[in-house]
Amino acid sequence: MMDIASWALNTATQRGATYCDVRIVDDRIRALMTKNGKVAHASDSETLGVGIRVIANGAWGFDSTDNLSRESVEATAARAVEIAKASATVKNQELHLAPEKPAVADWTTPHKVDPFATSLQQNLDLLMKVDEELRRVEGITLAEVNVNFRRYEQWFYSTEGSDIHQTRFVTGAGFDVYSFAGTEIQKRSYPNSFGGQYQNKGYELIGELDLPGNARRIAEEAVALHKADQCPQGNFNIVLDSSQLGLQIHESIGHPIELDRVLGYEANFAGTSFLTTDKLRKLKYGSDIVNVVADATQHHGPGLGTFAFDDEGVPAQSTPIISNGEFTGYLTSRETAHAIGDNRSNGTMRAEGWNRIPIIRMTNISITPGEKPLTFDQLISGTDDGIFMQTNRSWSIDDKRYNFQFGCEIAWEIKGGKLGRMLKNPSYSGITTEFWNSMDAICSRDQWTLWGTPNCGKAQPMQTMGTGHGASPARFRNIRVGSAFRGN
Amino acid sequence: MFDQNRAQEILKRLQRFSSSDEIEVLISGGRFALTRFANNTIHQNVAEENMVISVRTVIDGKTARSTTNKTDDDSLRRAVQAAEQLTRVQERDPDLLPMAKPGELPPAPANPPSRHFDSSARITPEDRAAGVGKIVDIAKRNKLVTAGIFSTGDGFEAIVNSAGVNQFHRQTSAEISITMLADDSSGWQKANSPDVTKLNPEQLAETAARKARESMKPQELAPGKYTVILEPSAALDLVGFMFYDFGAQSMLDERSFLNKRMQSQLFGANITIHDDAYHPLQSGAQFDGEGVPRQRVALVEAGVPKNLVYSRGNAARMKASEMASHVGHLAPTGHGFPLPNDVGDAPMNIVFSASPDGSKTLDEMIASTERGVLVTRCWYIREVEPYDKILTGMTRDGTFLVENGKVKNGIRNFRFNQSLVEMLKNVEMMGTPVRASGEEAFDMVVPAMKVRGFNFTEVTKF
Repeated sequence: MMDIASWALNTATQRGATYCDVRIVDDRIRALMTKNGKVAHASDSETLGVGIRVIANGAWGFDSTDNLSRESVEATAARAVEIAKASATVKNQELHLAPEKPAVADWTTPHKVDPFATSLQQNLDLLMKVDEELRRVEGITLAEVNVNFRRYEQWFYSTEGSDIHQTRFVTGAGFDVYSFAGTEIQKRSYPNSFGGQYQNKGYELIGELDLPGNARRIAEEAVALHKADQCPQGNFNIVLDSSQLGLQIHESIGHPIELDRVLGYEANFAGTSFLTTDKLRKLKYGSDIVNVVADATQHHGPGLGTFAFDDEGVPAQSTPIISNGEFTGYLTSRETAHAIGDNRSNGTMRAEGWNRIPIIRMTNISITPGEKPLTFDQLISGTDDGIFMQTNRSWSIDDKRYNFQFGCEIAWEIKGGKLGRMLKNPSYSGITTEFWNSMDAICSRDQWTLWGTPNCGKAQPMQTMGTGHGASPARFRNIRVGSAFRGN
Repeated sequence: MFDQNRAQEILKRLQRFSSSDEIEVLISGGRFALTRFANNTIHQNVAEENMVISVRTVIDGKTARSTTNKTDDDSLRRAVQAAEQLTRVQERDPDLLPMAKPGELPPAPANPPSRHFDSSARITPEDRAAGVGKIVDIAKRNKLVTAGIFSTGDGFEAIVNSAGVNQFHRQTSAEISITMLADDSSGWQKANSPDVTKLNPEQLAETAARKARESMKPQELAPGKYTVILEPSAALDLVGFMFYDFGAQSMLDERSFLNKRMQSQLFGANITIHDDAYHPLQSGAQFDGEGVPRQRVALVEAGVPKNLVYSRGNAARMKASEMASHVGHLAPTGHGFPLPNDVGDAPMNIVFSASPDGSKTLDEMIASTERGVLVTRCWYIREVEPYDKILTGMTRDGTFLVENGKVKNGIRNFRFNQSLVEMLKNVEMMGTPVRASGEEAFDMVVPAMKVRGFNFTEVTKF
């Protein structure tokens, strides 16, 4: 790999690049899925290529190829320089890269069992067992179960002298189940919607999730939803389960703090952010008990945003984002750090693969659990009146990240400190900072889960990235509920 | 350049490594480049070349797939072995059909339109930068800041199998998307075509700039039901949420909003929709993931859902189901995705017909509106409820109050929660269908629509 990198680095430098980095990526994915008792999807894929990013004439260029011959790599590096020179013809601002010490390192996701070493039969047997259990429940019309494994190996080299080899393992699994009756389609998912739970872990995650042990309960809930009352409309206290709170963090904290959005880089597609730089350390983002970090370090846990170095060669860091309710930090890169007066990137640049450039990405954006012991049962028993919502079903937020609306798969009424009747089609909506300022309770560490969002889309061309979000169940006061169904 | 002979050569090499009953290979690739600008500067400028070789094996009624991006013998052998390993471990699927054979396929039109243009294939980074330069000049002249993309591509798709299917498609692409930003407003335009000469960056930039200027100092309007005029991109992103439900798999899975509704008057009588891969404004390959030629399918006629689209396997499954008598013409239509998959089939070349009452211009729709909202673009649309197809989302980049037949002023963006089924009952006027491009749905041929009673539930802060 060093040879391939040196062909690129030397060519780029000779052609006039003042900076060049090279990422060689070998990416392997296995996806298995069953649907109503049959294998619906069984595939392996591998892709290997090189992406070459350069600065020439003070502007960026990037080219990439799947052909790793010397001739091809050198031609690709030369084209990257030509592209950078073309970029420089439409330039309104100068490029400044925050300094970073070159690193030499080798890192692998801590894992107990390499998921690719497990037998196919073992995995298909598990999927079929869960499928069978789900479809035992009368009224189930569709059951889907999946496992997904990824091994992402990357070699990073730069003209500054970095030489970083990282291998990440990602394991994911889950199921969803549908019930169609009358004029209604109801759905339940476990352990989370849209594919389940994903972590930077080995196969050991699959056992921890206990898919078979939860199948019957979840399927019964899907059917029971048909007979449940419609979630009411109005203002209510709500309690969110940790997976829904994880997505709430993703959409209404994680995206707004991306400094590239704030600076307008994503204005045409993903949007901008209400968090203009004048708000740093001045905005009361949430109530005093809201503490959020962006933490890519192994110490934080096996999140999809955990790594040793980002794709600019900057070490993983932990950055306070909201501290006792005050907005304290952005996600930055070497190019953007100076915009908020920082002299170093906080290490959030990641690329989807060898054929994409790194961009600012959420790492693990997590809310800190409550310091005082508070179980979920205690949280409910301390709530006189409200609605407990679980598992995301729909999500939408405006392009500055103010107004959001989330739908959940299921809810229960809370009356007198107890969970009561089941409610179907729950949804809630609000304005980001008003919502976070209404949080008045959050469960403690023993209720905290580091969720994986494997499908975050951003940039043009679109890149999909995994992000991590740690959360405990939490309570929010006086929230707008049910707008999704008003007028329909 | 990759061609059909090369695809056949790769198939032959794969067959040497294979002991499966049947083998199929999908090969796609090409060169793609995208110049991205923001703050009146090109800030990202990327390119890639890649080729993907995706092998499907069939052994004793079982199938699986493996994909690589290398064509050396070791990589191809490894791909075949992986696919065969995934295949062998499964239970036999009684519904799995043998691979498609040329003699059994429905016919394709004799002279399908070419979608490869040298003008697009020859575009250089300098050409794209020059186009962006013109857009930036217009932004500066209007005292605005611009962001967007200018992309071009030259690619191919091939599908060949051991039963003799041999399909090949070459296509170029070009796309421009422009946002113009002022302090408290924005405007947007987007267009694409296989032929870059059909795109006019200056015209797109001028329109986006006009929208940004005219929506400055936006006023807040109370949420509620309004008559809306949806420009084609806004209409596209909304209606795009229903087309996977026209796939037979979605019906068979009982998660389509068309379950129990086929052949009924579901939409207004002015709604007629076809899937037509051969339409001059359409794009993409004219065969599906098994190499079956795409057929022209009438999905909705005068507001009545008439037909679905089918992969080969799902046509057979549907024939055996109790829904068979309700779903219209039932045969493989060339709309299957590569096997194995969980999605099945979907129409990918949507063409709305012009209104039987005649097409209206956007100006005519505005002039006929006493009070309503003009929407340039929708954003972050998601399905809230799947059977009534209640969609939520936001307006974005140019939302205007229309009063007494005129665009009065810009307004703050709304959140909507709107049933798509209801919306297509309430279309009062339609424009000439055009090739439109948005962010939530694939490109279609769709008109601007004037819709009564559109349900805005909340307003945001800008």
